[in-house]
Parts: sequence; C-alpha cells; structure tokens
Amino acid sequence: MSSTSPQPVRFGVVVFPGSNCDADAHHALSTFPCATVDYLWHKDTDLKGVQAVVLPGGFSYGDYLRCGAIARFSPIMQAVKDFAADGGLVMGICNGFQTLTEAGLLPGALIRNTGLKFVCRYVNLRVENAQTPFTRACAEGDVLRIVVKHNEGNYTVDPETLAAMKANGQVVLRYCDADGVPGDAANPNGAVEHIAGVCNETRNVFGMMPHPENSVEAALAGGADGRRLFQSIIDTLSGAEVTS
Amino acid sequence: MKVRVTITPKQGILDPQGVAVERALPALGFKGVTDVRIGKHVELRYDPPGGVSAEQARADVDDMCRRLLANPIIEDYTFELDEG
Repeated sequence: MSSTSPQPVRFGVVVFPGSNCDADAHHALSTFPCATVDYLWHKDTDLKGVQAVVLPGGFSYGDYLRCGAIARFSPIMQAVKDFAADGGLVMGICNGFQTLTEAGLLPGALIRNTGLKFVCRYVNLRVENAQTPFTRACAEGDVLRIVVKHNEGNYTVDPETLAAMKANGQVVLRYCDADGVPGDAANPNGAVEHIAGVCNETRNVFGMMPHPENSVEAALAGGADGRRLFQSIIDTLSGAEVTS
Repeated sequence: MKVRVTITPKQGILDPQGVAVERALPALGFKGVTDVRIGKHVELRYDPPGGVSAEQARADVDDMCRRLLANPIIEDYTFELDEG
C-alpha cells in the first residue's frame, strides 16, 4: 500500500440508487491536487483500479427495510468486500457508514435518533485515535467541526463488542463540545458513548455519520476540517511517513 | 405457504419510537402502559419450486430473517408459517 510514487491517489465514489452526497464527495476529493476521482456504479463488479473507496451519504434504495440493508447486496459491494479483505481503504459516510455495518464490514448498527427527528447541524468531533489511515493527519484530542444530517445516526453495539473495540482503538471519533469534551449535550443522536465514527479491527475500513465532504473549503461556511480526513487517506496511500 | 414475520427492537436496545409512544399514551388517559416496543411486520408467500417440507421452510425463513429481514445486532424476530 505504501509507495513513493508521485502518481495521484485514485479514489472511487460508489453511486447507489438514492445516493445524494456522491457528487459532494466527488467534488471534495477533486479539490485535492494529489487525487483523482471516479464514480463507481452500483452495478459495477470491479473497482476500476481505484486505491480507496468512498461510500457516500444519501438514501440508498430509499432506506427500505433498514438504512443500507439493500445497498449491501449491490454487485459493487462484493468487490468492496474483497478490496477491504485485501487491506484496501474503505470510507463510509453517513448512509455509507450504515451500509458498511449492514454488510458486516464494521461492527454495530445505526438506529433512529433518540430525538426522533432528522438532525442537520454542526457538531464537534474529538479525534480519539489518530493512528488510523483516516485520521493520521490529525492528533489525538483534535476537535473537528463538521456537519451531520441524518435520521438514523444513533450508533449502537453490544457491550462486549464495544469493550473490544475500545481496547483495539476502533472508536475513532466522538461527539464533543468545542473544548473536546464528549457529552450528552454535544451528542446529536443518542449514540452509545457519543460515538460518531469507528473502524474495523484492521483499521482499513472506517465509517462516520458526519459529512467531511461538506467541509473542504475554508472560504465557505462549512470550514475545511473535513480535509484532514481525506488528506490522511492521501498521505497513507502516497507513502508519506507513517508515525504509528 | 404464507409467512408472517414480526421484528422488534432487541431487548436492551433503546427504542426511541417506543419511548415516545409510551410517553404519549398516558396523555390520552391510559395509565399503566409500559414496555412499548415498535417493530415491523412482514408478510410473504414462500412456495419454492418442487415444494418444501415444513422443517426446511422454517430453516429457510429463519435464514431470510437472519440475513436480510432483520438485523440480529439490533432486532429480534419471530415468524409463523401457514400452509395454504
């Protein structure tokens, strides 16, 4: 995975029927001079040689049955599973996170927000683990300001799995206040232990409910904190020094 | 055969909808309502070509529930089969 090649990092953004943040993710990645981006259609059966896959937000298959439950059966998902099993970097945002849990690529599940309302607002995220390919451009304890927009973002997982995840550094992001302190007031959806983002055991699959692709341009209202997550992926794949 | 599947949030998993309804019912004068859980009801017909034994049908429907109709991480399910 690490190479010193000056070639740009090739990203693929999966488009499911009902994805609606695919163009945002494509745009966000295209703002990095050292990245190229292709769309991957849900009916595709191979990843066209991309080096990192993003499953975008939206309402794949109308959120029928459960969010992400049907998307996981798309032909492209078998290729994504094989890619992940080989150590490929996969990032799921919002509905993409839900799809990764339904596919069994990430532990836990996302249920209805405790407040029973669609939540659309800025949140602060504490980086709990900066030793992942998705957060290495951050430091542990950094606070990122990014937007959430979801109705089913309430992360839940059984206590035994959660204990194992914490021991293994798989809790990557938590909702927190502006000073970086996690708490109920900062938690938009009731997620267990204020969890906003998690990775798998091998840290190459990552899911988060907030939308970093909407925070990539400092001149716009969203700020640019989301860049650091994408930059982390680029650093990882372009062979920048790994500190872990 | 006819299949009826009932899916409910797993015990121990917070059910925000159930909590909201549980709080609303007393407002209508119903006292003593507890343990409200809101789930899903799925009906389907299962008639595989060549027929299927009741035992196999139960195993197949259980497989459907486990792999798609319910998410065993957050949901429990029960089902009934009805010949005809």
